[in-house]
Parts: sequence; C-alpha cells; structure tokens
Amino acid sequence: MNENMPIDPEKVEPVKSIGVPMPLVDGPEKVSGKANYTADFVEKDALVGRILRSPVSHAEILSIEIAAAEALPGVVAVVTGEDFVGQFGVLPIARTEWPIARDRVRYRGEPIAAVAAVEVETAQKALDLIEFEYEELPAYFTAEDAMAEGVTPLHEKRPNNVERHVEYDLGEVDKGFEDAALIREGTYDCAEVCQVQTEPHAAIAAYDGERDQITVHASTQVPYYVHLMLEQTLGMPRSKIRVIKPHIGGGFGSRTECLHVELVAGALARKCKGTVRITLSREETFITHRGRPEQKTTLKMGMSKDGRITAVDTTTTQRGGAYAGYGTVTILYSGSMVFALYDIRNARYNGYRVLTNTPPCGAFRGHGTVNVRFAFESLMDDMATELGLDPFEVRRKNLLEAPTFTANDLMVNSYGLPECLDIVEKASDWKKRKGKMEPFRGLGIACSHYVSGASKPVNWTGEPHATVNIKLDFDGSLTILTGAPEIGQGSSTILTQCVAEVLGLDVTRIRIVTSDSLVTPKDNGAYSSRVTYMVGNAAIDAATNLKTILTEAAARKMDVQPEDVECLGEVYRAGSQDQGMTFEEVVYAALEGTGTITARGNFDTIPESWGGDKYRGAAIGGSMAFSYAAQVVEIAIDPDTADIHVEKVWVAHDCGKALNPLSVEGQIEGSVWMGMGQAMTEETRYHNGLGITGNMLDYRVPTIIESPPIETHIVESNDPHGPFGAKEAGEASLAGFLPALTNAIADALDIRVSELPTTPDRLMEIMEDKKRESRKSEKEKAGA
Amino acid sequence: MKNFVSMTLNGRARDDAIPGNMLLIDFLREIVGYTGTKIGCDGGECGCCTVLIDGKPRHACLTLAAVCDGAEVETIESLETEGRLSAIQRGFHEKLGAQCGFCTPGMVMAAEGLLRENPDPNEDEIRKGMAANICRCTGYVKIIEAVQAAAQEIASKEDAA
Repeated sequence: MNENMPIDPEKVEPVKSIGVPMPLVDGPEKVSGKANYTADFVEKDALVGRILRSPVSHAEILSIEIAAAEALPGVVAVVTGEDFVGQFGVLPIARTEWPIARDRVRYRGEPIAAVAAVEVETAQKALDLIEFEYEELPAYFTAEDAMAEGVTPLHEKRPNNVERHVEYDLGEVDKGFEDAALIREGTYDCAEVCQVQTEPHAAIAAYDGERDQITVHASTQVPYYVHLMLEQTLGMPRSKIRVIKPHIGGGFGSRTECLHVELVAGALARKCKGTVRITLSREETFITHRGRPEQKTTLKMGMSKDGRITAVDTTTTQRGGAYAGYGTVTILYSGSMVFALYDIRNARYNGYRVLTNTPPCGAFRGHGTVNVRFAFESLMDDMATELGLDPFEVRRKNLLEAPTFTANDLMVNSYGLPECLDIVEKASDWKKRKGKMEPFRGLGIACSHYVSGASKPVNWTGEPHATVNIKLDFDGSLTILTGAPEIGQGSSTILTQCVAEVLGLDVTRIRIVTSDSLVTPKDNGAYSSRVTYMVGNAAIDAATNLKTILTEAAARKMDVQPEDVECLGEVYRAGSQDQGMTFEEVVYAALEGTGTITARGNFDTIPESWGGDKYRGAAIGGSMAFSYAAQVVEIAIDPDTADIHVEKVWVAHDCGKALNPLSVEGQIEGSVWMGMGQAMTEETRYHNGLGITGNMLDYRVPTIIESPPIETHIVESNDPHGPFGAKEAGEASLAGFLPALTNAIADALDIRVSELPTTPDRLMEIMEDKKRESRKSEKEKAGA
Repeated sequence: MKNFVSMTLNGRARDDAIPGNMLLIDFLREIVGYTGTKIGCDGGECGCCTVLIDGKPRHACLTLAAVCDGAEVETIESLETEGRLSAIQRGFHEKLGAQCGFCTPGMVMAAEGLLRENPDPNEDEIRKGMAANICRCTGYVKIIEAVQAAAQEIASKEDAA
C-alpha cells in the first residue's frame, strides 16, 4: 500500500445498501428537534394570517363587507374570493373550488375571507368585524338526500349532485351467477374518517415586491401541484413562484392536493407586500378534511361449492363532500380494485360519487380501495363459512397467477399473495386455533393490495414520470436533487440507498436535497405510493449514468477500455492485479474539462401498465406493480362492555424487495394500525353540517395503550420492473385490518358487523339484539 | 399585564417579562425561538408539546409561561451532549421510533420523564408512561422498542461507570 493509495484494493468491495435495515437519513434532525416544519420558520416580521369560515352549510353569498376589518389598526390586508383569478382542484377536469368562496358557500367552515395582521389577537378581532350576508339554500348531509328528486344542485353542471357515476360490466356476470352454487348479498357501511396527521396544515408566503416574486413554504405532499395552483389562482407566472416543502408531519393523503391554506397565504402576502404565516388549528385541519368518504357498498357474490368466485356485482356510493377534489379518482379506484386482488373474470360495478354539503373528501391512504375491500372480504368469509370452507382455502381458490392481466387489464407481473397467506396462517397457528378459541375470542383473516404509483399522471405534460439529478463536485460528495417529497415515509433514505447501491458507496457519502422548486427537479409528489417505485427507478437511472461517466473517466486515466474498468465503490480498477484509482481520483479525472457533473435519471411507465380501456376511466388502477398483503387479527371481547381488545396482528406484505427492511416494517406497522383506527374508533361526525369531532379527543385515534403488538413479515416477489425488484410498502396493509377484525368478531360471536367503526356501543347493541332473538326463538320453540 | 418570570430553561437562568395569558408553548417557540417543541392540536390532545417542568412531563400548551417562575424547564433542545444524540434520541433514531418526526420531540421528552422516574420499565409501564402522546405513523410498535433500547443503553453505561 503506498501513500497515495490509503485504501487496500484487495480488501475493497462495493458497499451494500439495498436490503440493509437502515435508520432514516434525516433521523438525527427529527429526534433532536432540529428538523424545521413549516410553522417553525419563525420570521420576526411575519404577519399572522387567519381565515374566516362560513357559519352555514349552503348559501348564496350576498355580500362580504370587509371595510371595518381593513380599518382596524394592526390589520395589513384582508382578502376575499375576489382576490383570486382562478379556481383550483387537483384534477384538470374538475377545478371547481375557489381558494376563498365566491358567490356561494357549500360547506360549513369553507373560507369566506382572510386577514393578515401584526398579531393573532388583532387578526381574530378583524375577523369578527367582517360582515357576511347570505341567503341559505337547502343543504344535504347524506349522499341519499343529495341525490333525491328535486334537489338544489351544489354545482351547475351536476344537476342531481352526482359528481361521477362509474360503471362497468366485464365478462359474463349473469352467467357467472347462474353457475354459482351459492349467491349472497350484503351491505356494508363505513363512516367518514380523517387522516389526522400530527402536523396541522401550515403555510408561509413571502412576497418580494421589488421583483414581484413569491416564495411559499407549504406543509404539502405535492409541492408541484401547489406551484401550479398558485400560478392559476393568483395569476402569477410560474417562473416567479418558488415552493419549498420543509419537513412534513405526516400526510396520509390529507395534502395530496393543493389546499386553501397555501393559496390564501399567497394572496395575503401579495396584498400586504410582506410575509404571512398561517397555521391552521386542529379543528380547521379537520374542516379542511380531504379524508376518506362515508361509503355504502352493496355487494353480491356468486361462489362455486369449492369456493371459486363466479361473479361479483358491486354498487357503492360515496358521500364526497362539497367539491370534486380527487372524487372521480376515488370512485374509479373502488371499482378497479374491488375484485382485482383475485382471479375473477365476471364483475359488474356501479359507483356513485356524490356532492354533499360537508367538507370535501380526498385521497386517504389506501385511496378508494379500503371500504370496498371491507365489503368484499367480509362477504367472502361469510360465504366460506356457509359452504364449510376454511377462510384461507377460499382465498387460495381465487388467486391470480403472475404474470397476467386482470379482467380490467391491470398488469400483474409479481404476486406474492400466496406466500403472504402461508406465512400468516403458520405464524398465527391458524389451523390449530381457528374455531377452537375460548368464548369471546376470535381469529380473522383478510387480504388487501395497492398500486405502486398510478401509471397515468394526473397532469399529462409529456414529461417522464420521474426525474432525479445527482450532482458530483470537487469534494467527492454526491448530492441527490429530487422533487420527491419526504413526508416521513422515508423516501429520502430509500433514494439515497438506491444511489449508494449502484455506485457501491457508503450512504454517508451521499446527501439529498428535496422539494425546493428553485433547485430540485420537478416531481409530481408523494401519493399513490409512487415514490419508491418511480423516483427510485429514476434515482437508479441517474446513478447508473453517473457511474458510466466515472467509469469512462477512470478508463481514460488508466488507458484501458471502459468495459475493462471494475467499479468497487471506493476504488475503480482494471483487473484484480491493478492498483486502481480511488474514488476521489476518479472524480478529479471526471471533472477534467467539464467541471461539476450533474447526472440525470428518468423513469417512465410502459403502456401495458396503463389499465386498458374496457370502460370509461379504466386507466385509474393501472400501475406498474401491485403490492399484496394478508393479515390475521386475534381479538378478545369483553362480554359485559363489548370492548374489543386486539391481542395481536400477524401481517405479511409483498413489497417486491425490501430496499430498507427497517422502514418497510415501519410502513406496514403504521398501515395496519391506521386500519385499526378506522375499524374500531375513528369517525368524523357532523350535526347539520357542523363538525362535532374536530379534535383528537372526540375523534378517537388509538393511543399506545390499546395498540396491539404487530408481527410483521416481509415477502419479496421481486417485481421485474421495480427498483431492485421493489414495490410499494406503505398502503396495502391498511385495508385488510378492517375485515380481518370483523371476521374475527364473526369467529368469536357468530355476529357479522357490517358497519364501521365497531365501537363498543354499536357492538353491544348487536350483541343485545342477538340475545333477544335467541330468547325469542327459544320461547317459540318451548311454546310449540 | 406582564409578569416578571425567572426560570431555568435548558440549564440556563433567564428573566423575562411575559404576558399573563401567554402559554409556555408560545413563549418557547415565538419568544425564545425553541421550535423543537411542536403544536399538534388545540390544547391537551396530542402531547406533541411535551416538555419537562421540574423533571415531570407536562403539556406546554396547557401551561402558562408565567407559572414557570422559579421552575426548571427542559425542552428537546437540551438533550444532546457534546453534539451527540442522547440515549433516548438514539433509540428513536436507530429503532425508527420516528417516521415523520412531528410527535417525536414530545415522545422523547415523555420517555425522558419516564426513564428518570423508572429506569427499567416493562412494556406495560412504557405504554402507561407514553399514553399522553399520539403518534400517527408508527402504530407505536417501534416507539416501544426505542424506549426499551434507550433504557438498556442507559443501564449499560451506568454499569460501566
């Protein structure tokens, strides 16, 4: 070993990063309080922004008088809907929402004005001085009421308040039912739920009057969409806008679309020619909503004697709230995913997305798939019981065989569900314990799945799905530049691992800058579980391109052909006898003549993954790959209080390849647990449109006390197109919990719960009804 | 109406004139500039603002700054020593007890209070000790592991000393 070569090439080998459990690259900031979230950018001269909200659910706006508020000392600006030039909305076909209501309010709590003032008391006082005159209109708080004959439409082009009716009829459904040995139908109700990410929404907008530029810090999962909507609603050129997403306190879909808060902050900042910070309260965050809709699903299923599903007919209705939001996509997902977990060829669907005078729903984790999964896995279990089949066996009877296409042309190249089933069956000791539990104890199983990124983008621009840049400079450190929003799911860590793996370098050589439109490439955002799959592939592509540049530079220096150069991470050499060059030396060689290097990588989906065209909207559901999960839930029920205690959950999730097993586990545990919240305690409720659960006490998120041990198993089916074989890990395991729980209740009590959440009072009522029924029938027997 | 308040904040004595109605959380974040302590709710629901007051975990959003006169207040910013993470912080980092990280400062301070009182808690005691803090990412599985790992690390260091 010579002085210039402190590394012994004999001992050098590329560093492994993929498949290695690794803490998050931004973990030290998070655990030390140094991570800055939007509200933490405390600027001394920032004004306080506050939003005035509608006290009525549905009304024509007659006037909004702001003169008195404007005249209040300390008030710098007041804005109304008139301060915007365009509407917003995530889908280009449905941009129907004003950042602040104009002409009409459609739900209680909708913004009607906003104030920027020197401090919070003044801002609050100013809101009280704004006079709002209105003429109330009939308001509808259920989907059924909103669709009734003779209703007042919420929106001009939706006369019966149906935002979207989706229908398909695939295969031969009627014949499928004729062929069935057993046909059953059930109706399943899920309450509306909210993401309740721990960080309330916040935005800081700073307007530079000299340059007519605006910089917005936003707690968002989609900084690029926020950028677009600032442009469209404020009428500013996109080149004058900068959007930064700092650390984000969770999302789960609550900020998968641009929200009012960012746009209102922008309008206030521009009007007062300064900086405005808006931090929404928890109650306002509930009102902003974008959660999972209340949904009623009626499912009819045909089954052969041995458990093959011969046909499925689904009718489902979602109470979507006052604006379109993602609604059309949600109702399409419900349709495309309800049966496609299994090999079912005959399927019919009617889905109704309905506009109501409640806060708009959105894309909650497991978008569109969760409530229909609950219906499907519940009915499947009941029919298995009736036919004397084991719940595992009936699921095994209906498995797909990859590679294949589902009846609605979804491309499935990897399918680890059979292995997931085997694992949780064994881990839970199902065969020995099922049906032999003590009284009031039960076991339930259910499966679920999810997309790894939507194959067709929301905004079609002709650009690739994902772009990543890697900057390499004189110091030999690499900086990944990506617009992909790290929201706590660990995407920055995964992208760092992908780049490190390709180059064989330790992750500590690599730094990452995310989501600042000034410096990072555009990215569509963190939703539909697209980041690991799409941006991960783009990161691999960028790193591969960089490796080519480095290998060619090393070849030039060593005077060999590039294909003869071996990359060992910290050493590049030509043949095992070669002393080689250190990574730094290769970097110097590569910079000669060009200076700083930026390598770019892209990812695009393939047409086979676009979901086909068998019905209008069939592209929604199309994905490059699907993740699969199975879970067994064990419960004990208190016979006196109907309190359900979840003893344990065994879950197996096919994520293709666990790029980081530690964070994959974290994602799966979080998903299962979030499913538990929806199944057992969570529900947003309204009284005449007024939210009455707008806090974390009335909206019951599970605490650490009642949260069960979760035994997580990772299944690796190695998807052919996934980054190192990976698929999504953060959504599929949510939906399974709901039916696994109610299937466990059915096992314990022989009661089918078809309404969620299964709060103790709901379950107690059903248990009491059942007792009464059985007493009655005993009496009748005794009488006869 | 302002109150003259002398408190020890993260080991440093300070004197402030504080409005009587100012919450400790607003004092910490807006006046002092310690933004590590978070606000996740409208008062006493989530535990994101947990700090130690005279060694006990307390909600900074339910505490008036003025009542901290004479008290010792500790926030997340106080835990690192010589630029390195504390055992509890390391536990949360290495065991993935933090995903989005927003509840984490409160969680870490709740764990700090718990382990000072009970250095060797069993799982049930960890659950009870952390019950005032809501996390929406982890399902708490890895939070329990983080606290267990921290307790072990502290114990092994004390054994060595």
